Amino acid sequence: MTPSVTADKSSGLEGVRVAITGGTSGLGLAMVGELMRRGARVAFVARTRERVDGVTRSHPGAFGIVGDVAAKGDIYPIALQVLGNLGGLDVLVNNASALGPVPLAPLADTDCEAFELALATNLLGPFRLTKALLGALAASARDGRGSLVLNVSSDAAINPYPDWGAYGASKAALAHMTRIWNEELAAEGIHFLSIDPGDMDTPLHAAAVPDADKATLKRPATAAAELTETIASGLRRASLTGSRA
Amino acid sequence: MIAAQEPVQRPLDARLLVVDSRGRITETPRTRWLDQMDAGDLVIANDAATIPASLHGVHLATGAAIEVRLAGFTSQAKGATVGPIDVRRFAAVVFGEGDFRTRTEDRPLPPPLKTGDHLAFGDLSASIEALLDHPRFVSIRFAGSSAGIWEGIARRGRPIQYAHVTAPLALWDVWTPIAALPVAFEPPSAGFVLDWKMIRAIRERGIKFATITLAAGISSTGDAELDRRLPLDEPYWIPEATALAVRTRAAGARVVAIGTTVVRALEHSAAVHGMVRAGDGLADQRVGHGSRLRVVDAIISGTHEPDSSHYQLLRAFADDETLVRVSAALESGAFRTHEFGDSVLIESARQSVCGSSHSRKRRDDLVATAA
Repeated sequence: MTPSVTADKSSGLEGVRVAITGGTSGLGLAMVGELMRRGARVAFVARTRERVDGVTRSHPGAFGIVGDVAAKGDIYPIALQVLGNLGGLDVLVNNASALGPVPLAPLADTDCEAFELALATNLLGPFRLTKALLGALAASARDGRGSLVLNVSSDAAINPYPDWGAYGASKAALAHMTRIWNEELAAEGIHFLSIDPGDMDTPLHAAAVPDADKATLKRPATAAAELTETIASGLRRASLTGSRA
Repeated sequence: MIAAQEPVQRPLDARLLVVDSRGRITETPRTRWLDQMDAGDLVIANDAATIPASLHGVHLATGAAIEVRLAGFTSQAKGATVGPIDVRRFAAVVFGEGDFRTRTEDRPLPPPLKTGDHLAFGDLSASIEALLDHPRFVSIRFAGSSAGIWEGIARRGRPIQYAHVTAPLALWDVWTPIAALPVAFEPPSAGFVLDWKMIRAIRERGIKFATITLAAGISSTGDAELDRRLPLDEPYWIPEATALAVRTRAAGARVVAIGTTVVRALEHSAAVHGMVRAGDGLADQRVGHGSRLRVVDAIISGTHEPDSSHYQLLRAFADDETLVRVSAALESGAFRTHEFGDSVLIESARQSVCGSSHSRKRRDDLVATAA
């Protein structure tokens, strides 16, 4: 009873509609490429028009959306464009992240504004965007397409690294929120995952640890392949389980 | 009735007037509407999200300020697809200067419009393709790519709004909690009764839930002649799971439509195919007095004035004598009207004529016992 699953196994993402935030650099950019390579239809979000246009040019068929997930007023315009361009949504990847203070600082030296920005980008933004797109994700689940929200986490969500307070606290909250979303909505067929992609050679990591030995860091493309496979297997499970067991 | 002025989708004090299949009228808090459902009943809502379809801009030939309200799709756009929604062409109503704060009936006319006229809304531009047999009702075509048009609408557009709500509406005010595909021009506001806690409760009580997507068009233009042409033809989409749920519902279980748009989609599909079938269609029928309801057994809807097309649809559910009593009850009870107002639940009179369900009988028995 698994014809569609078997047929999809080569990619698992043919025609799947995916939105990803922070899609013009680091892991997000690598995921746009990987998702498209595997046949997904992709809309990505980032703040800077020039960079959005650049990624749209280098990834023909991807829909670039200019917006800031940390800005409340941008959320519905982003959601509208995601849904209008993709004609619905199966997968949301909340990837855009803010470090908080740059350079990193002890909590005692962290400006409240820097903390607020980390919360707005890493926690409130994913909450708001998920909420705005929830109807579409639920519709996809009812259609038997499977529906998944992947929130990009960090080991800083678990380990209390000094100087990573704003980032770590916001990512810890995101991870916990992910678990609660999942408890509340798994019965509707919408599944939530939070995943730590590991330390990667990305602009965010460079801002946090400028003198890191890049040879020890994971390539974003490697992490993107892993996360994309996680999405594919998550959707396989979801469509096998069905949303209305 | 009095207009509901606050854009609150689910006020805790919202009221529900319940009209059963025998025309008996009772009232209950709307937050308890689920108590009116029985296990096995199939609740169907319209999950269309709302396009910010009001665009302020300039009529370039005259330099006049205009407001364009996208009113519906002109071509038979698909209600739902795996692909971009076609936003190049729309039917639109054009107003002169001013905004929602002026009642539509009192809005100044736009300058005389001609085919080929160019309209500018910031970066978004459009031209008039045709006049649709009325000087203010036109077919417009936006320039640029589909993605560019979506961006322009997302940045420039505001939800269509009427003067009874005084604060400017944001998209989050008009998207129902289940809003999915952005194809509606005004919110399918009966769906405001739903929230996710309710959807969970629906599941826990063994009630079934499904959705259709219907591109609800503009509900009012301020022009009597144009208003008579409403509702416009509306594309809709019925998912396989919904068609299946309708077909396989338990004997005696009711199909309960959340809103007139759900009635329109389901009854259109059933009239065309003899049964509710998955797929898309164009709802071009009028549902009203004398319409035979093939599928829907009950409707939850906003409260409507007798001169509205929504009210006309209710005439398929209840006879005029009953609806006159409903209107009197709404009026004397000072129910709130319009999209953020109170609601009615009307069970089709056919329910009692055809011999009602076990569940209906059970409730009737309970009523009899209590009486």
